[in-house]
This record gives sequence, structure tokens and C-alpha cells, in this order.
Amino acid sequence: MVKEYSSLADVQNDLRAGAITAVDLTRSYVERIENNKNLNVFLEVFTDSALAKAEEVDAKIKSGTAGKLAGMVIALKDNICYRGHKVSASSRILENFVSPYSSTVVERLLQEDAIIIGRTNCDEFAMGSSNENSAYGNVLNSLDHKRVPGGSSGGSAVAVAANLCLAALGTDTGGSIRQPASFCGVVGLKPTYGRVSRWGIIAYASSFDQVGPLTHNVADAAAILEVISGVDEFDGTLATQPVPAYSQQLQAPQKKRFAYLRDCLEKDGLDPEIKNRLLQLMERLRAEGHVVEPVEFPYLDYLVPTYYVLTTAEASSNLARFDGIRYGYRSANATDLESTYKKSRSEGFGAEVKRRIMLGTFVLSAGYYDAYYSKGQKVRRLLRNKTEEILSSYDFILLPTTPGTAFEFGANSADPIKMYLEDIFTVQANLTGVPAISVPAGKASNGMPFGVQLMSANFTEPALLAMSAHVQDICEKL
Amino acid sequence: MKIDSKTVQDVAHLARLEFEAEGEQKIINDMNRMLGFVEKLNELNTDGIEPLIYMTEETNHLREDVVHPPLSHKEVLQNAPKHDSDYFKVPKVVEKK
Repeated sequence: MVKEYSSLADVQNDLRAGAITAVDLTRSYVERIENNKNLNVFLEVFTDSALAKAEEVDAKIKSGTAGKLAGMVIALKDNICYRGHKVSASSRILENFVSPYSSTVVERLLQEDAIIIGRTNCDEFAMGSSNENSAYGNVLNSLDHKRVPGGSSGGSAVAVAANLCLAALGTDTGGSIRQPASFCGVVGLKPTYGRVSRWGIIAYASSFDQVGPLTHNVADAAAILEVISGVDEFDGTLATQPVPAYSQQLQAPQKKRFAYLRDCLEKDGLDPEIKNRLLQLMERLRAEGHVVEPVEFPYLDYLVPTYYVLTTAEASSNLARFDGIRYGYRSANATDLESTYKKSRSEGFGAEVKRRIMLGTFVLSAGYYDAYYSKGQKVRRLLRNKTEEILSSYDFILLPTTPGTAFEFGANSADPIKMYLEDIFTVQANLTGVPAISVPAGKASNGMPFGVQLMSANFTEPALLAMSAHVQDICEKL
Repeated sequence: MKIDSKTVQDVAHLARLEFEAEGEQKIINDMNRMLGFVEKLNELNTDGIEPLIYMTEETNHLREDVVHPPLSHKEVLQNAPKHDSDYFKVPKVVEKK
């Protein structure tokens, strides 16, 4: 019987000491996944390739050539391509799609000897905040089966929370890593836009999407980020600046300056227990000598509308490739070429994906482009200018990750707008490109966890990670 | 802006989607709600503001034009719903008179 691990350091210590083998460790996770099938987290377990990799890792540990992530058993959100393995974006339209190539992040994980255990359920094409939009059924929150895990990387968050793997990759377009991390009590990081390659990631909104880790602790997130970041000839949006050794720079931070957005704390619908915890945290930070000050951010209510104009537009363009011809589902009811496109797409996509394609097509269409799409891009610049202005005089912006704790299944299903507003505190980082992290901050009286979020200036992940590790420590002691 | 049946059908054609009967009424309602929501942006004055288009400061990464082995025919066709040994198969596009 292999014990449960919650840090890569512990795994690697035991591997090096010979207390466990990577093969036994991998088997123990496969068994735990099997025993927790009711959570509906994994769409597929890659048992054969994971065990083959684990054998290789054991041999490399013996010969002293193991990579940085040796023994890290990690899951992939079902929108990250891995050569020879299925990837479906949790959609019917890609039900039997086998990826003929690997994403850059997968190549880099394998190079450093991570063990990829399987692919996790998510909202279809990463569109959703509760995982209720998957074509393959709901993922249950392991802490309360009546509640959602959050989304869209809900499977990845529960996989880590329920110890079905040590870590997972997700993608974050408007909060899809941080929001489920908050709902499940784990760490979730969205890196700076342009830090991590998007090659081999099934695109939702290309100017927003970033891949990032979900982990038990900040150190593991840093270790993963260090491996997956950096230039890649297949993604021209990547920053050329060198990748720091994030995992070596987690020492307790010096005195820093925190801003909090006054309107966020006063927002209707913010759970008072979350607000109180934030106030306690601020008090502690001040007591340690950090500066914590309120700032004005007059755009809070414009964030989610801007997000929906721009992401649906990009989605309508990105999802045009699913035509039933080259790959994916083709309707048997079609009679000619046009109806092949229309019926394959209408039968293959779920309701939320179609809603977003329709809104996106509308805002891009002749006659409406300037009024909606171009307007959204202008507001996006206002949002970025204001955010950069705040981050030029403060090191961090401190805010809640989510307005509340995990809600019950069906609670927001009838009203798309209500569901969209779940992302009110997370979309700012994607709209402006800055990095953001959610770390567990406590539990509410309903027993459910919630996170606190930090944002910082572009490419300041070293400071962000060091401070968020410290914030997680503080919150554990509150 | 009010979305009606004609707008939905026009947009659906552009998006190569179909909405009929109940589905059409539902998407009309949803789009009207979503548009009402995003029209909040009109409250903001954006005169003289340039649209933000690129999220990265990077420009044109040039690389050597080197030939890499492409995916094989077999790999490319393995996911196609209909194909023969060399081609994707599509419904007949040109009818014989």
C-alpha cells in the first residue's frame, strides 16, 4: 500500500530512498481513480503509457539521470493533445479523436519525467464555470457530491483534491483554473499571457487562453511552470525572455505593497465569510509590515461583458474548424456539403457552445462589428491600462477568487448570465494578460473551501509564487 | 439591438448551425439576454481609445525555413469520418445535369 502524497518533494525523497517505486506509485493512483469512478473525473486513464513511463522513470532514478518532475503523476485536462491518445474537449464532436501529435506542454512534461495518468473531464471546449456543460456528464465535487467542482477545469481540480494524481494541467480563459481550484481547495495558477505555449491546446479564445497547473501547494506549481514555460517555435505569441528557476525563488518575501479593489469587497453577492477571511488576511499582512491599501477600479461591472464579447468572437472563429470533414463527428442526416457542415456542427456541439458561437458570429458580423467587437477591444485597453497603472505602484492586487463557495448542481443552469457572473473576479487577469493565482484561504461554515487570489504584473511570477506560498501559510494558521 | 427570427437564421447560416422550432425561440431569448448584458459597454466613453488587439509585446519571430517531416497520410486520415487511402471524402458538390 502506497501512502497518499501531497508534494513532489515527498514523492522524490521516497523514490530516491527506495521506499517506493514510480511503478507502484502509478498503480496506486490508477487504483484510487478506479475506486472513485463515481466522481466522473477521468474520461480515460492512460494506464499502459503511464506504467511504461513509470518503468522508465524507475530506471532513470537508479542511474541518476531522472528529470526535474520524476515521479510526478499528472493529469491533463481533456483539451491538451498527447500523441496517440484521445482528446475530446469533452465534446461529442471530437468523441473518437486521437491526437496525431503532442502539445508542447506534454512534450516538456515527459522530457522531465512526469508520468501522465489520464485525461480529465471539463466543460465542453472549456466553456463553463461548473463542469455541467461536459458531454460526458457532471464531475462531482469530492467534498460534497451535491455541489459542482467549478469549471471549466473541474475534473483537473477534483483529480488533485481527491488525490487521484499529484497534479493536473488545466487551461484558464476566464478563470477556468482558479475558480475550480477555489471550489475544491487546491492551488491554481494562470501564468502571464505568452509564458506557456498554446501549441496543441484545443483553442477556445486565443488571446485569453493559458495553460497552468493545479496542485496541492505553490512549490509544485512553480516546479511545473518552470518546465512548461518558454519559447516554442510553434507559438509566435510567446515571450522571448528567459524562464526563471521559479522553484528556487520561493523564499519568504520582503515587505511588499498590496492593493485591493474597494468595489470587490463591497460587491453584492460576495459571501460574507469570504470577505471576513480577506479582511483577516489583510490585517495579518499589515502586521507583518506589508502595505495594504484600497484602490479604485471603476470597471468591475464591465469585466464580464467585455469578456463575453471578445471570447465568443474568438470562439466562433476557432470553432469554425469543426466541419465534419477532416476529423470529428459527421452527421448521417446530411444530404449535401452545406448540410454536412450544419448538421454535423448542430448535432455535435452542446447548447452552451452553440450559444457562444452564435453571439460571437453576431458581434463579428458586418454592421455590428464596430458596435460590439471593436467596442470590446477598446474597453479591453481601458481595463489593461487601469490594471497596469495599479500594478505600477503596487506589487500585488489581492481579491477573492470567487463570490461564493461551490454551488449546487442546477443552481445557475437556467440563467446563463448568472453563471457568467461566477467569473467576475477571475476574468480581469485574462482580459489584461497578467498572471494570477488562487490559493486555499479557508472553509466556510457549509464545509466548502474557498480561495484567495493574487494578481501581479506581467512576468513577475517569481514574486507572485513566493508571496502566494506565504499567503497560503498565513491562511492555514488563521 | 433586438434579435429576431431573421437575424438568428442569418447568423446561424454564417456559423453553419441550424436552429428550428423550439430551438430557435430559445436561442432568440438567450441572445437577447446576452446582448442586453454586453450592451453595458456602451456606458463607457472610448473616444480616442485604440482597440487592444495583440496581447503580447512580441513581434514577428522569424525562423529558418527548414523542411520538417509532415504527418503521414495515414495519421492525417485516421480521424476523418469518411476517407479512402489518399483523400477525405465529402458529399457530391457538383451535380450531373
